[in-house]
Amino acid sequence: MTTGSHGEIWRVAGPVVVARGLDGVRLYNVVRVGDAALPGEVIRLEGERVTIQVYEDTAGLRVGEPVLDTGRPLEVELGPGLLGRIFDGTQRPLDVLARAGDDPFGQPLLSSGSDVPALDRERTWAFEPRVATGDSVVAGDVLGIVAEGALEHRILVPVDTAGVVTAVRRGPARLDDPVVWVDDQPLKMLSRWPVRDPRPAAGRLDASTPLITGQRAIDVLFPLARGGAATIPGGFGTGKTVLQQSLAKWAHADVVIYVGCGERGNELTEVLQEFPELVDPRTGASLMERTILIANTSNMPVAAREASIYTGVTLAEYFRDQGYHVALMADSTSRWGEALREVSSRLEEMPAEEGYPAYLSSRLAEFYERAAAVRCLGSDVREGSVTIIGAVSPAGGDFSEPITQHSLRLAGTFWALDTTLARQRHFPAIDWNRSYTLFDFAAWFEREVAADWEEQRAWARELLQREAQLLEVVQLLGPDTLAPPERLTLRTGRLLREDFLQQSAFDERDAYCAAPKQLAMLRAIRRTDAAMSAAVTRGAPVDEAGAAPSLAALARMHEWPAEQAEERAAELIKDIERELEAVG
Amino acid sequence: MTRLYTTEHRTTTYVSGPLLIAEHAEHVAYDELVDVVTPSGERRLGQVLEIEGDRMVVQVLGGTRGLDIDSTAVLVRARAARMPVGPDLVGRIFDGMGRPADGGPELLPEAERDLNGRPVNPVARAHPAEFIETGISAIDGLHTLVRGQKLPVFSGYGLPGLELAAQIAESARVPSSDEGFVVVFAAIGVTDREAAFLRARFAEGAALERSVLFVNRADEPAAERISCPRAALTAAEYLAFERGMHVLVVLVDMTNYCEALREAAAARDEVPGRRGYPGYMYSDLASLFERAGRIRGRPGSLTQIPILSMPDDDVTHPIPDVTGYITEGQIVLSRELDRRGIAPPIDVLPSLSRLMNAGIGDGNTREDHRGVADQISAFLGRGRELRNLISIVGEQALSDDDRRILAFVDQFERRFVGQDTQRRSIIETLDLAWELLAAFPAGELKRITPELVERYRTTAERA
Repeated sequence: MTTGSHGEIWRVAGPVVVARGLDGVRLYNVVRVGDAALPGEVIRLEGERVTIQVYEDTAGLRVGEPVLDTGRPLEVELGPGLLGRIFDGTQRPLDVLARAGDDPFGQPLLSSGSDVPALDRERTWAFEPRVATGDSVVAGDVLGIVAEGALEHRILVPVDTAGVVTAVRRGPARLDDPVVWVDDQPLKMLSRWPVRDPRPAAGRLDASTPLITGQRAIDVLFPLARGGAATIPGGFGTGKTVLQQSLAKWAHADVVIYVGCGERGNELTEVLQEFPELVDPRTGASLMERTILIANTSNMPVAAREASIYTGVTLAEYFRDQGYHVALMADSTSRWGEALREVSSRLEEMPAEEGYPAYLSSRLAEFYERAAAVRCLGSDVREGSVTIIGAVSPAGGDFSEPITQHSLRLAGTFWALDTTLARQRHFPAIDWNRSYTLFDFAAWFEREVAADWEEQRAWARELLQREAQLLEVVQLLGPDTLAPPERLTLRTGRLLREDFLQQSAFDERDAYCAAPKQLAMLRAIRRTDAAMSAAVTRGAPVDEAGAAPSLAALARMHEWPAEQAEERAAELIKDIERELEAVG
Repeated sequence: MTRLYTTEHRTTTYVSGPLLIAEHAEHVAYDELVDVVTPSGERRLGQVLEIEGDRMVVQVLGGTRGLDIDSTAVLVRARAARMPVGPDLVGRIFDGMGRPADGGPELLPEAERDLNGRPVNPVARAHPAEFIETGISAIDGLHTLVRGQKLPVFSGYGLPGLELAAQIAESARVPSSDEGFVVVFAAIGVTDREAAFLRARFAEGAALERSVLFVNRADEPAAERISCPRAALTAAEYLAFERGMHVLVVLVDMTNYCEALREAAAARDEVPGRRGYPGYMYSDLASLFERAGRIRGRPGSLTQIPILSMPDDDVTHPIPDVTGYITEGQIVLSRELDRRGIAPPIDVLPSLSRLMNAGIGDGNTREDHRGVADQISAFLGRGRELRNLISIVGEQALSDDDRRILAFVDQFERRFVGQDTQRRSIIETLDLAWELLAAFPAGELKRITPELVERYRTTAERA
């Protein structure tokens, strides 16, 4: 490694260290601080004073200890061996750090200064070239592939490289071994990328395809685009993490990056224990094989928390560039914002709203704008996407706070989690009155699922809207003031809420609901509404129509196997219609 | 990097609030502990908050009263904030700094541990899954606690949060094993009355043999409130992960802790966050609460029950708010239930245990547990809506179904929640739930599978 100049510690306050010396050091270079060589990043240059945010606990540092410039910015290692792993915010491999000899958990506590490469240098991978000697290649072309679990890991020509292939090597190779030579320059499977720089692509594409999540409230009411961004604000206990984990499990993505940013350690442990056991219904492989975890839990050093989302999104872009659809969950962006605030306050910067630095909004924009559907670099035609789903933990559950508001401006989809719904055990607690999506996928759903998708969806949205208005009246005047059709709307609204929008993440028959089954369930409720309405028009009392015993079966629709949903819905509708014909 | 020499600095230039600044300070490490020697020769502990060039900022933990500029000395001995630990911790009483406060001998230390602990690698954590029977129906039945969880009690001034914690600490056990808990109590900024209550419950007779007490009283220096839970957790971690014990840590009252944090932050001229609490309060509290858990391949566990008083009963106040985001659920006490004489006054609806699913069901508690809990929550949710409604339109407007739900909620609060100091096993808790649910026709119990309704409802009816 090329090393730059030396300096020494002058001041220490929390995660911020000021050094003197370090001639020629550049902003955002990584430096090694103190006798323990703690990693840090240069965040301000001021005469000979160099301000550094340190990624590990600074206790024990003294004035005068050495600081060394590594000459490079904060980078991640890219290559085979990323999937199924867990890293910290600066890509230290937590699985390797826990190991002691043969005991995989022999070192349960994290210590500072341990310097282990993210990717295993000794492991060999079977490299299958996709180029031959004499081929001309440009940046982004596929040099060869490596089978990594269920995924075909594509090794690409680096961004700054083009030329003629002069030699190729096939078969087992380690990450540092040259596998292809372009103009006699050796290329390895291992590459690096600075985390704060977005990786380039040939062009951005319109977000025209939804990211199917298998969650009814999302896919039907507020779908998210592949390459789009969603924000999930919610007070504590509203189910942000459960929803994020459901999305990580079931979203139709090739690769999932889960960034646990300043949250609970046990939640990541849960993912680590649960995901290897779950099977990806689309590939048959374990879910862990498509997942990378970035963990910077709330008790880990705060500056590394700030870096963790950049590390996560850079890994996401790496797989995007190979032509994959990547979903990135960031739980929670509020903790990232707080890390920013803490460092900013140690720098004695002028605070803006609620103590956050004034650049909070532009930093958030830099992150969310890395969500994109792109045409990848390279001469073949590949498309890939990074979809970002950011949880927000607003203080006091109040959405007027800066992180929620800035996220709203940037994300095209907003799933508002509501405390009242959560208390009623309505999960996912997505408030249909406040949430929205800016994407319109009517054409896609009509083409890919069924021609009446948009019609059913519009009916459901309108009914929920009317129900909300009527409930306000009921709150003021009681239910007796409503006319029979209005009371019927309330009845159908309850069916929609309880039997359709509610979905249990813990029930294996219900955790994932395929789009055709979603539609079958929705149609069943709509036909029930029509049948009740007909009965009421014939003079039947609303209470009687709404209490038909076969309606109870609607509450068990979620148990239907997906492949039988249409058939089961038809039977159920027949039963309900027959029964309601006898009423009134 | 241990340095054996001690350096003395008689170069104090500034003393105010809890802070002292000394110049010409060399060999001082950030965050280390120093001794501050007062003009009268008394030694007080201090912690280095900042170093810059040859200047150090020290927070004096024993208070700055009586310090001066001329003769106050700072002794630097290259120590991190550490505490001696050993098996004879159990049965002792300590102050907020971890020094014996029961008149007994100094500890025979087996080792010394950093008061701040070190973060557990998430890879090495074992997900908590063992049911703890607290004997309290509202918790065991609806918001189950598991070993290694952190489940706070959101109390209010005048509500029996401390009494509830004491009740849990005394009666908590794991049904399948005889092992009890070692209870580590950190009393942070408590009044003399509260300290006396704790001593009577935990430091006398048989209880002493399974408790460790850390007491920082309200009239002791605020800076010691910041170290008090750290000392307690350091002891607890040692007992849990090095001695293989099951440890239940009760931290009371976290509101006092947060007040001390705010006081210290203000003294350092830090940019205040919401309501004057420092912006890093989340990270700071997380560094305490995240010390709960289990470690793979090690037998012990560390379960935390922090208790806090919500100022003005406001759950959106920064202290309960930040806590709720870190902990794995919360038990909320209700002033209304307390007024109605229901003890413990646990408000079931806003309460939550995030780790409940892992610890219940067949093999842990009973197969019907999940369904029963969901069904009760659904009825209570509906009952809450109905109570709002009748306050507007009166009870006449209700249907028979609605009336049945209201009657159920009433019975539930009085009999299920209001158990007083009686201890119920989980089986007794679930059987009582079925007894109350028997008021509904089987078809109304939509959250429970028909097979389970069949099996348990009939038993309840016969009873």
